[in-house]
Amino acid sequence: MTSRVRILVPAGALGLGWDAAALELGVSRRPDLIAIDGGSTDSGPAYLGQGVSKYSRAQVKGDWAVLLDAARRADCPLVIGTAGTCGAASSVDWLVAITRDILAETGRHAKLAVLYSDRDPAEVAARWDRVTPLPGAPEADEDDARACTNLVALAGAEQVQAALATGADIVICGRTTDTAILAALPLAVGCDAGGAWHGAKVGECGAYCCTHPDTGVIEIDFDEGGFTLTPLAETSRATAQTVAAHLLYENADPIRLHEPGGHLDVSAANYREMGEKSVRVEGSTWVPGPYTVKLEGARQAGHGILSLVILRDPRYVAGIADWCASLEARARARIEAQMGAVAYDLRLRRIGVDAALGALEPGRAQPNEVGVMAQVIASDEPTAREVAKLINPLLLHHPLTADEPMPTFAFPFSPPETDMGPRFEFVLHHVLALDDPMDGFRLEVLDV
Amino acid sequence: MSSLGDIARLRSKNAGPFWITVDIFCDADTYAPVASIETEVFAACLGVRDVKRFDLPDLSVVKLSLPRPQVQGSAADRDMHGAALAQVLAGLDVGG
Repeated sequence: MTSRVRILVPAGALGLGWDAAALELGVSRRPDLIAIDGGSTDSGPAYLGQGVSKYSRAQVKGDWAVLLDAARRADCPLVIGTAGTCGAASSVDWLVAITRDILAETGRHAKLAVLYSDRDPAEVAARWDRVTPLPGAPEADEDDARACTNLVALAGAEQVQAALATGADIVICGRTTDTAILAALPLAVGCDAGGAWHGAKVGECGAYCCTHPDTGVIEIDFDEGGFTLTPLAETSRATAQTVAAHLLYENADPIRLHEPGGHLDVSAANYREMGEKSVRVEGSTWVPGPYTVKLEGARQAGHGILSLVILRDPRYVAGIADWCASLEARARARIEAQMGAVAYDLRLRRIGVDAALGALEPGRAQPNEVGVMAQVIASDEPTAREVAKLINPLLLHHPLTADEPMPTFAFPFSPPETDMGPRFEFVLHHVLALDDPMDGFRLEVLDV
Repeated sequence: MSSLGDIARLRSKNAGPFWITVDIFCDADTYAPVASIETEVFAACLGVRDVKRFDLPDLSVVKLSLPRPQVQGSAADRDMHGAALAQVLAGLDVGG
């Protein structure tokens, strides 16, 4: 028996949209599965910290309704990984509720499998002897794990396979690796393991691995020798270069990719262009290893208040480094005088000068104006706001020299202080060793 | 005299919250002079002592990866997606 699987990937993430004609073409080509990613850590710790989605509900609902309909017409299952940006239980339940709404509004029924990936922080802390830091991990111990507001383990192919094996029409997964939702089915039916993981890695961002990346839709044919990738929009082409180069994207190591239970090695991969727009890849290898799952956790790290002021006077723009330094010294003295030994974090970012790069900024050009963004983080909102208010008169009137007439600078808002809300930070870059891949993952099946 | 930013496309991006990666996309003609730049020179521009380096002649790409100097989203972080870092390399002299 030959093993073949065709997977349709509509886009790099749910909420980014796709080329509608290409999606229709994909449906007509009878895929075995439609798979899409729902999240990433890329937009920062606040989503995992709060367990919420980055994308608008209306956009997600609209796009998800199109995919539910596409999967029904293609008569194949639909799977999403890392639902609701972070894949925590609350964001998974958010997408389940959206799915219920869509099914109710369209008068349809479906069997749902829901894979939860989150873990009780206290339980992870109790098993800390099974947790190992990855290269570049922050210092962290049991107490740091316990302090997480959300802690998830990245599911691999095995957990997604268990969800698909329920026979569900729709599979909604919590946090998974980006590749797991694509690799699961080809691995389950005996396709080449190196090809399954490599095709999954290249395809997880949809048409990002092709020309015209914003068209989104690609199709991947997995088999016993490797995989063939084809973008479905009329304008989009895969080339040996675009496909090979996608392993660079958001990857620290473009040759070896770690997954639960081993790693992919693409050093011997061979890329061959086929027909007008497809690429065939063979020769990647899968190297089995210990079964570990990566952990992600975020916790609250105080509360932030932001003020923004704009300096337009060329003398002040030229002297911005001195202005910020003397302002900060006066501010810190004033805060200590009024509030005592209060803990706070104050940073003045000079927009137009070096706000993005700081000391690494090589540019020296003088801009027309400089925005000074004063970022205050303290343990709670009232403290952060009080500190920000103490800085306010200086942001408005601080002179470069003591003997000049009092200057005034441009505030774009009143009040100038903006509430940034609770701040969050990533805590873990660790792996947890498991005896059984399903250990700690929870699978629920619902008839909706 | 050309600078790296003139002859190559520079991209930086997070590789997870704790790593950042810089891709230098050259073409067949410009790859050799870029690949001849020493790792310590790249590292100094990036403000670190060492970087993980991958020379990929088939793609005409030099890739540099490093632990994020500021963890993504921490109070000290200035750039949530690591988008700007590649520009610190733009002014590197590549001769010619």
